[in-house]
Amino acid sequence: MSTTTIEATKADVPPAARPAREAPARIPFTRVLQVELIKMFDTRSGFWLMVGIAASALIATGAVIAFAPDDQIVYDNFGAAVGVPMVFLLPVMAILSVTSEWSQRSGLTTFTLVPHRNRVLAAKAIVAMAVGAVSIAVALGIGALGNLVGAGIAGVDPVWDISLSQALTLTFANVMNLMIGFMLGVLIRNSPGAVVGYFVYGFVLPPLTMLLAELNGWWKDAQPWLDFNFAQGPLYDGEMSGTEWAHLATSGSIWLLLPLAVGLFLVRRSEVK
Amino acid sequence: MIEVSHLSRTYGGLRAVDDVTFTARPGRVTGFLGPNGAGKSTTMRVMVGLTPASSGSATVLGRHYADLPNPGREVGVLLDASAQHAGRTGRETLRIAARTMGLPTARADEMVDRVGLTPTEASRRVKNYSLGMRQRLGIATALIGDPEVLILDEPANGLDPAGIRWMRDLLRGFADEGGTVLLSSHLLHEIEVIADDLVVIGQGRIVAQGTKTELLAAAGTLVRSGSSTELSQALTASGITVTRSGADVLRADAEPELVGKVALSAGIALSELRAADGAGLEEMFLELTAETAREGVAA
Repeated sequence: MSTTTIEATKADVPPAARPAREAPARIPFTRVLQVELIKMFDTRSGFWLMVGIAASALIATGAVIAFAPDDQIVYDNFGAAVGVPMVFLLPVMAILSVTSEWSQRSGLTTFTLVPHRNRVLAAKAIVAMAVGAVSIAVALGIGALGNLVGAGIAGVDPVWDISLSQALTLTFANVMNLMIGFMLGVLIRNSPGAVVGYFVYGFVLPPLTMLLAELNGWWKDAQPWLDFNFAQGPLYDGEMSGTEWAHLATSGSIWLLLPLAVGLFLVRRSEVK
Repeated sequence: MIEVSHLSRTYGGLRAVDDVTFTARPGRVTGFLGPNGAGKSTTMRVMVGLTPASSGSATVLGRHYADLPNPGREVGVLLDASAQHAGRTGRETLRIAARTMGLPTARADEMVDRVGLTPTEASRRVKNYSLGMRQRLGIATALIGDPEVLILDEPANGLDPAGIRWMRDLLRGFADEGGTVLLSSHLLHEIEVIADDLVVIGQGRIVAQGTKTELLAAAGTLVRSGSSTELSQALTASGITVTRSGADVLRADAEPELVGKVALSAGIALSELRAADGAGLEEMFLELTAETAREGVAA
């Protein structure tokens, strides 16, 4: 067969020398950051989460204008109308940005193009925090517009009742929210599992711990120190006292930092299949 | 250039990869052949740093993969065409890869064209892609950085015959320009037509390796004759091992020239005489993997 002879001669030809190429420059961390930011929003789930946030913010703002009595046409309510959907839904984006690498298996490409998981995960964490901070600014901005429009429609003077320090604690609270999402993503590494985990963590446990506080005296005293969700409450209410910061730091170490450390340890060892 | 040296990977008590050593050279297509579960994928995963080696090492272009400053520009990797985000469009998947490597995103559209996807297909989400389209997208991702080395795990899976032909030409061209290609397959015929060198693996161990020509020569000569029994005796008398592979076809462990001479001196007319290329390699593959393959367990 003729192919045999062709292959035989080919095998005897010394390999063609490819001109030596310069090694490319190392991928800068800023580029990893940029790519991870794009990846958070360019999927179908990312797109619909943003649509969901925008739609619920719009409906809530409309509802405040339509149904709130005149003395409730205040900045705080408009900020909340835009901010609350973000506070609930953005952590899901942080979760998916981590878990999709495993559940969608895109990590196979991500971690071969950037063969250092800590770089990729650091980028994801920073992007999640930045999204948390920027989204509060956006919520306050759109809330301000809503407040002006709402006050104009109601024919009252706009009330600006969010102080700078309140805005800062709100920002901090939201950044922490996204870190909770990131932590659950890193710890569970499975999209449905981590999203369910998020709802248990954020919406199922809090009423249970409140119920327990009603029934158990010891837990009632310990709750501010051990219940992370409880300790976060004052962040949304305004000024934080020193004790409240201490509550937040203690419970946050147990519910956020410790599981995050475990998750990061596991992620570095887990295989991406 | 890919160099794998005494590489082992164990999972609990299972040695998925057991002391594997081979080199894939530039300018050549190296076929990595073995039955399912032989350790091909694990070896490739260790090569690109997704799975840590238990012992031994693998280097690409003289470095450990993780030490490559921008791996996508030097090594194109396709380990599993299904491992792509289903909610992203094909074009966006390529743009992400281009951005990561620091290339203009316009490269994405060039690659869409190069791998034979239409612009409309590129705008659809990967979820709606057939396996063949995913393979093309995966190849595009591997090629987008204009690498020197390609590491492809079962790239022909799901491609139609025209697609397989296209892939073969593409890899041949890549190697002829001096690139290194390592591709795995469990389909012998697929690898046989494209590979220059072969590495055959079974149950984590290398069972044979060499140039295809060497391995084909080892597979012997097919000879057809009306008087095959006499021919068989004549060959055996000359110290050549003979096996019967058909009604009047013999496979002899010798060069065609020698078999012809023996037949001539014995005065036996031949109706066919050729190197047992395809058939021989297939027999070798089955033989080499018989004791390790799943079918072999029952036998």
